[in-house]
Amino acid sequence: MSFSWTRVGAILVKELTDYRRNRFVMVFAMMILPLILIAGPTVSLLNAPAAAASSKLDTRIGVELLYMLLIPAIVPSTVSAYSVVGEREQGTLEPILITPILREEFLIGKALAVIIPTLVVAYTMFGIFLAIAALFAHSGIRSAIFAGSHIPVQLLFTPLLAGWSIWVGIAISARSSDVRVAQQLSVFASLPPLAIVALLTFKVITPSTGLALGLAAILLALDALGWRAVAAMFDRERLIAGTRT
Amino acid sequence: MFGQGGPVLAAQPESYQHGQECVSLLGVDHEAGVASEQQGAQPAPTRRGAGADPASSVEASTEGAALVVEHLGKRFGERVAFEDVSFEVGYGEVFGFLGPNGAGKTTTVRTLGTLVAPSSGSATVAGIPLSAATGPSIRARISIMPESPGLYLRLTVTENLQCFARLYELDDVPGRIERALRGVNLVERANDPCGSLSKGLRQRVALARALLNDPAVLFLDEPTSGLDPVATHDVHELIVSLRERGVTIFLTTHRLEEAERLCHRVAILNTTLRLIGRPDELRQRLFNQGLEVRVRRAFENPGLVFDGVPGVEGWEVSPAGGYDVAVSDPQIAAPAVARALVSAGADILYLAESRHSLEDVYLHLIDEDVEARRR
Repeated sequence: MSFSWTRVGAILVKELTDYRRNRFVMVFAMMILPLILIAGPTVSLLNAPAAAASSKLDTRIGVELLYMLLIPAIVPSTVSAYSVVGEREQGTLEPILITPILREEFLIGKALAVIIPTLVVAYTMFGIFLAIAALFAHSGIRSAIFAGSHIPVQLLFTPLLAGWSIWVGIAISARSSDVRVAQQLSVFASLPPLAIVALLTFKVITPSTGLALGLAAILLALDALGWRAVAAMFDRERLIAGTRT
Repeated sequence: MFGQGGPVLAAQPESYQHGQECVSLLGVDHEAGVASEQQGAQPAPTRRGAGADPASSVEASTEGAALVVEHLGKRFGERVAFEDVSFEVGYGEVFGFLGPNGAGKTTTVRTLGTLVAPSSGSATVAGIPLSAATGPSIRARISIMPESPGLYLRLTVTENLQCFARLYELDDVPGRIERALRGVNLVERANDPCGSLSKGLRQRVALARALLNDPAVLFLDEPTSGLDPVATHDVHELIVSLRERGVTIFLTTHRLEEAERLCHRVAILNTTLRLIGRPDELRQRLFNQGLEVRVRRAFENPGLVFDGVPGVEGWEVSPAGGYDVAVSDPQIAAPAVARALVSAGADILYLAESRHSLEDVYLHLIDEDVEARRR
């Protein structure tokens, strides 16, 4: 039986419909959490002194944008951590696995259902941040944000970080027996890639376009490895019977 | 509970083996085939939509039995879930799989449903040999209704069914959903969130979901577990209607009256298969045939009445009063016993063939096992 996008779509549509009606996902994970994460950078942006040296401004903006990258790191980890263990707890996993769905279809459907809203939320928040900067920030700060490499880096790293968080979240979810434990573990596990961005931000690594692209390539490779690892870990028998021969 | 390695009383499902593939559960595709003799000739359909699976490389055989299980076993480490289980289920048959909790019923279903890999033995499910490679193809041709309905509670009934129709890549999704809901009398609740339904109604939705793909074999894993009597009755009625339509059903239960009422044949499992056959066959095999006699006044010497009557093999005073008379054939012995009673001047209150329920069979096996363990 070959890979079917129809079955991927079935999982995707089901998940998105479920999110829409799930207050935790809609209100907390997709609204309150991102708003908390954007509040600090925005306040800091508006309070920044106009006369600061450009290098200091650049660092400050980098820190603020680092906070923004917590959105694609943390939001998908909480949601994806629920994806398998949550279905097990609800008793909905067995009926799904009884169908002809392949594990790759199931996992891609689950991942798409997390990454799509995550990107919408992360880019929307980043757009709001840029709009506030354009309208209310000092001109020095404004030009530092819009003229530097911050925007492309942000756009590039957002889906890569989200991808890592999703695969880590699903991997933990597939191995956990408790939703809360899975969510806590996956939030912690989603943070290490942020270290790369932090090193760039604090000039431990001298930022350059080439370096950013190289690091992005490493994250991309980690995402691919994460997908392969999760697919290998996804074992119908263990998930259903709770044990393996 | 039951001793292991005891004799398995087997009866083949000859009445059901007609080489048909399956019957459309939703009232479509009645085109060809012959159904169970016991249910009268019914047209059997070609299977369309269900896992409309042009990409599948696995050819399913439509000849022979719906399920062929040979020495199948499953171990989880040192723990034996079930072992050396062999049976066949014919197309159009309702096959009851009985056993106490922990007997291995659900694991057997999961193994045949390719969710769990067998440790030993072999099986053919809906004409496809059971293996890791054929899992998706088998799953496209069967349905399993687990003990828990497993519905998405925030989704409506229709949305739940739409999701599964897409997972099976079915055609005519709205039509199939409508027919499935009509089949379980839930059309009016189609747009209700599943979370707002009672447990009985959720079970009906789960049954509608299991019917969506016109499965060649429908596995029902304790479908009435936890339901109240009214909801249980509703589910029984649905199973009866499926049986009348010639659907092949593999029903696991520990409700003996449920199996006796719904199933053509039953098997009793407790890690190993202890017994298989029609309920009346099992009764005949395990119990002597007999007559129950009640008279107004007890005989001073019952032997004078019963001994020597044609067909009577023995007698004893019944604990409930009256006499239990062992006979070779109730049809022959009953008139002779009646004549003997009248000749003895007895006022006959009751004379009937002894009836043993499936529960008697089940409990008899349990007693056997307890005795075996004592020895």
